Amino acid sequence: MTQQFYVSPEQLMKDRADFARKGIARGRSVVVISCADGIALIAENPSPSLHKIGEIYDKIAFAAVGKYNEFESLRQAGVRYADVRGYSYDREDVTARGLASVYAQSLGAVFTAEQKPFEVELAVAEVGFTQAQDHLYRLTFDGSIADENGFVVMGGLADQISDVVSGAWESELTLAGAMQLALRALATNKDIDELPATAVEAAVLYRASESNRGSRRAFRRLLPDDMTRLLTEES
Amino acid sequence: MQDPSTGPLATQATSSFTEHLQRSRPELLPYNQSLPAGMVPASPHATTIVAMTYAGGVLMAGDRRATMGNIIASRHIEKVFPADEYSVLGIAGTAGLAIDITRLFQVELEHYEKIEGTLLSLVGKANRLGAMIRGNLPMAMQGMAVVPLFAGFDLGSGVGRLFSYDVTGGRYEEQEHHSVGSGSVFARGALKKLWKPNLPEENAVAVAVEALYDAADDDSATGGPDPVRQLWPVVYTVDRAGNRRVPERELAAIAGAIVESRAAAGREA
Repeated sequence: MTQQFYVSPEQLMKDRADFARKGIARGRSVVVISCADGIALIAENPSPSLHKIGEIYDKIAFAAVGKYNEFESLRQAGVRYADVRGYSYDREDVTARGLASVYAQSLGAVFTAEQKPFEVELAVAEVGFTQAQDHLYRLTFDGSIADENGFVVMGGLADQISDVVSGAWESELTLAGAMQLALRALATNKDIDELPATAVEAAVLYRASESNRGSRRAFRRLLPDDMTRLLTEES
Repeated sequence: MQDPSTGPLATQATSSFTEHLQRSRPELLPYNQSLPAGMVPASPHATTIVAMTYAGGVLMAGDRRATMGNIIASRHIEKVFPADEYSVLGIAGTAGLAIDITRLFQVELEHYEKIEGTLLSLVGKANRLGAMIRGNLPMAMQGMAVVPLFAGFDLGSGVGRLFSYDVTGGRYEEQEHHSVGSGSVFARGALKKLWKPNLPEENAVAVAVEALYDAADDDSATGGPDPVRQLWPVVYTVDRAGNRRVPERELAAIAGAIVESRAAAGREA
């Protein structure tokens, strides 16, 4: 029989955290920006079908970096949680805070109890009626949760990209402005100034979608054509 | 939330909200209850729904009355709902169950769309609704039947299509027009005379309102236009651009014109 060596809890947690961090750092980045027209979600993602950004509920969206199978199962679990809650109570009773805390519990449980932690980092965004009512939560692999103000950057070059975004972010940004900022920030450490629209996956949570767009569902995926139109219209 | 890490995900994964509820929260399903023996006390019943195709789409209209025996249970009830962007459904039968089944169906379609990232086909939606009505069969045998009418725009073939159901969940595609509920016999008669192929949308809305007027004329459980309370039928149209609720203002004008023309004729209806 093989002998189990003693590993201190500190070392065990540190090893797990290092493992998860390494996995996340390999991935491409995601930027979520709150702006005057809503919340813009942009991910560097060459695949048009394997999404990193998804709709959870009327006003709530999800963005993730890391291992696809892991965050996809979390996304689906989030949609189930939100739909069951909205069906059994009311659509208004589904909030990003509730969803984020359930995610935090799941991630925390996996981090401590499972063979390996999830190599993912999540953002849960809820668009409010005014910008002050927007909520951006960032969840890390160990279940810790942070309430972010204005924007969230996750993934490989998170720190460098975050510097670019924080330098130019202001609450009056339009949707096109937010998209441009994200494309510029995601091009950090690349030879180009700005990523082309085809290299990213983009979506938006429109503010006041009931009155502006005639739908309670605020989420809309932007195809490369929509992106190009949006960026040229503005400039 | 189910823990994604427990067990092989494949056995848990389902794109159907109803299936998910069946497994994890069966008590939330509207029809998943065993009733004790005995009669169900009188409960509100929803009545007449008409639907028809027109040039470029399909529309559905419902009156605003719910009855409980000889009592008018509600004058304001709405019985036609958008199911998703490209389909609508109307309900007749036990109102309490029907409204919950509608809610379940709406979540079912949206859930599938969010999980799969694509819309269900129109026939796929119609089949899901049929499965729900079949699930309600035990309740129907206790006298609480729900009979829906489903209409939507088929993005594949570019036409509006209509589906009717029986209490066992049987699904039947209808051509041209159809009607369900207590006043449906009279509404059908009116539709047979008023409906024409390729009606423009505004004429089709007028035909639907007039068919409901005729149903209300002969069926006490169907409500006619109510100028005192400013209540008009609920009408939804569905075309390539999605569904649209016809505004009250337009319906008031249409209903007013129908009442006026009937009064001017000065005949026994």
